[in-house]
Amino acid sequence: MWSHDLFIRVLNLAGKKKKKKDTERRRRRSGVMEKKLIKEMGLPKSIANVFAARNITTAEEVLSLTEFELMQLLDVGLAEVASAVARISEIACPPYQTVLSLMKQRIRKDNHGGHLPTRLKGLDKALCGGIPFGVLTELVGPAGIGKTQFCMKLSLLASLPTSCGGLNGRVIYIDVESKLTSRRIIEIGTESLPEIFQIKGMAQEMAGRILVLRPASLHEFTESLQQIKVSIFQHQVKLLVIDSMAAVVSRDYGHAALRQHSLGWHISFIKSLAELSRIPVVVTNQVRSQSRDEACHYSFQAQSRGKATEVPAGYDSHLVAALGIHWAHAVTIRLVLEAKSGERFIKLAKSPISPPLAFPFTITSSGISLLNDDGQELRGTEISTIHCQGHNDIINFNGNGKGKG
Amino acid sequence: MEVGRLPISASQRGKLISAGYTSLSSLSSLSPSDLAKDLNIPESEALEILKVASLTSRLDKQDGNHAFVNGAQTAWDMLHEEQLFPRITTSCADMDEILGGGINCKEVTEIGGVPGIGKTQLGIQLAVNVQIPVEYGGLGGKAIYIDTEGSFMVERAQQIAEACVVDMSEYNDLLRKGNRACQVRIQPNDILENIFYFRICSYTEQIALINYLDRFISEHKDVKIVIVDSVTFHFRQDFDDLALRTRLLGGMALKLMNLARNYSLAVVIFNQVTTKYTEGSFQLALALGDSWSHSCTNRVILYWNGDERYAYIDKSPSLRSASAPFSVTSKGIRNSASNHKRIRMM
Repeated sequence: MWSHDLFIRVLNLAGKKKKKKDTERRRRRSGVMEKKLIKEMGLPKSIANVFAARNITTAEEVLSLTEFELMQLLDVGLAEVASAVARISEIACPPYQTVLSLMKQRIRKDNHGGHLPTRLKGLDKALCGGIPFGVLTELVGPAGIGKTQFCMKLSLLASLPTSCGGLNGRVIYIDVESKLTSRRIIEIGTESLPEIFQIKGMAQEMAGRILVLRPASLHEFTESLQQIKVSIFQHQVKLLVIDSMAAVVSRDYGHAALRQHSLGWHISFIKSLAELSRIPVVVTNQVRSQSRDEACHYSFQAQSRGKATEVPAGYDSHLVAALGIHWAHAVTIRLVLEAKSGERFIKLAKSPISPPLAFPFTITSSGISLLNDDGQELRGTEISTIHCQGHNDIINFNGNGKGKG
Repeated sequence: MEVGRLPISASQRGKLISAGYTSLSSLSSLSPSDLAKDLNIPESEALEILKVASLTSRLDKQDGNHAFVNGAQTAWDMLHEEQLFPRITTSCADMDEILGGGINCKEVTEIGGVPGIGKTQLGIQLAVNVQIPVEYGGLGGKAIYIDTEGSFMVERAQQIAEACVVDMSEYNDLLRKGNRACQVRIQPNDILENIFYFRICSYTEQIALINYLDRFISEHKDVKIVIVDSVTFHFRQDFDDLALRTRLLGGMALKLMNLARNYSLAVVIFNQVTTKYTEGSFQLALALGDSWSHSCTNRVILYWNGDERYAYIDKSPSLRSASAPFSVTSKGIRNSASNHKRIRMM
């Protein structure tokens, strides 16, 4: 499997100073236990030999068979198989933690209580301090609404020294559509944080911490992800941005593939990357228009269907996130950026830690900023719909129109 | 051939058949030493075979009247027992009502819904609510939370636990008319302490953990709910062999059902949603396919109905199919805002 060898190497490189216990926990959490050899599990000699003779060497192989299949294969009785499976399961299963100890551990280890502050007061408050570490945060919205602007601002914030409210680390920015401009990053920096960026050499140092990758295909993207896994531990990476996930798929497979492509491996990989390294991961997603045959009802809702189609069909009312429902299950926090009657809003469309709030925002030369910090609570279908209405008229740049996207 | 059904190893079965023992009755009047001689095996092994055979033949003969057969129970006793076990409230009175009072112990309940509908929220709420002390109509138990997706948020668990403690002390004041003699002793941190959190990173770990739970719960008998959030995740990513997936899922569901029955605890399994082509159109359906949908006793679907969240009983042997609105607030799962009923503490 993907993580195993790579991970052991990473641990050998990075983990020398760490306590043994910590390493053990990491090992277990990374799925190495399922590869643990049967002969090292302290089973009774007789049955261990039978496993060896049948060439069953890892816990994964044993647990992929039912007890009756094992009886057939090993030619031993039910009681022996059951006790062997119980023993193997006990060793292969990860240890538990109480939620209280989990909380204490997070408070102790993570900067800023495990959140990257966005410096948008209302949003930070709603998210208990900012973009959380260890999970996927998704930005969805139509083209030109400000997703890339937001990502650039976050990259800058993560690279700032801890004393200035940053994470004092490197940022890996996977820029699939080549939308990132370094000049814009520095502009955002000097406009929004003049006191820091006026220090000589600071702009160079901050911008020097942001590594930009531009994969040309899904294959290249996959390779860079695997490399990142190693570098996160070696180089103090504190934020990973993928802008945009949808573009990776649509460029290789066309737009039709967005709905179906399951991205199964990538989802698992990115999620475990976020969790093992405890860094925030920000991913952007595009929008597409909803096709008519698309499911949004269960079979038992058949009678209410007629009602649903009566929703006034404005030209903007059928936008949905480009990557389908399978992907949506995988993201922990979804922020929708949208434009409605001439105003831009950032909405907390999915978040386990906060109510669904909408904040009006604007984009200026200093980046994204909220117009008010209170937020307006949303209800029902409003939470997940994506509006795109006339935001092109209200672009509010002092600069020369750079950095749309 | 009846011996073909015995849970014994293949070589033992082969020896039995070649020695002429093909039916269970042929084994019934045999002494272990005779069998050992016939099959040329140690006496202890022969004894094991006879034990297994007599157990199997006894199960075959059992009919309705024999409640004294090992492991059987009359329907009347079951009714009594059902009434003994309180249910776990969801903190939403309307949802409790359609569930017959809350999540039932001794049963496996599957809950599914689209992303963002509140599955994880409901999971955390149940992990907290199972700890409501007996004095307040709860179970006073502990919870096991199996997180396969990494979506469990500690901050959220803390918020919900705090709100639960506040609710309990309000209820206390109401009941005792301000007499503060009986304070709520339980603290939010105690609640968090009593949730055992397992983070699962692969399907092998998931199977291993489900196997191990039997042992874990026998050492932690006060666990009253096992929450799997979600059963789907790893089985959806890493699988090409669908027959194997069905077999493994079936085995897992069976083990969870046994856990629920043996330890009188509630098992709640969360499932994701997929799209399915039926009757000429695409519709939403819970993931993992048709054979999986047989493995849970109850199935609840959470869905959007207009502007409100609803829960719908899709399948249950004892409950009418019905739906009820609920909402997700900063305090956790609560009654829908449009319908101002007081939250019952049962």
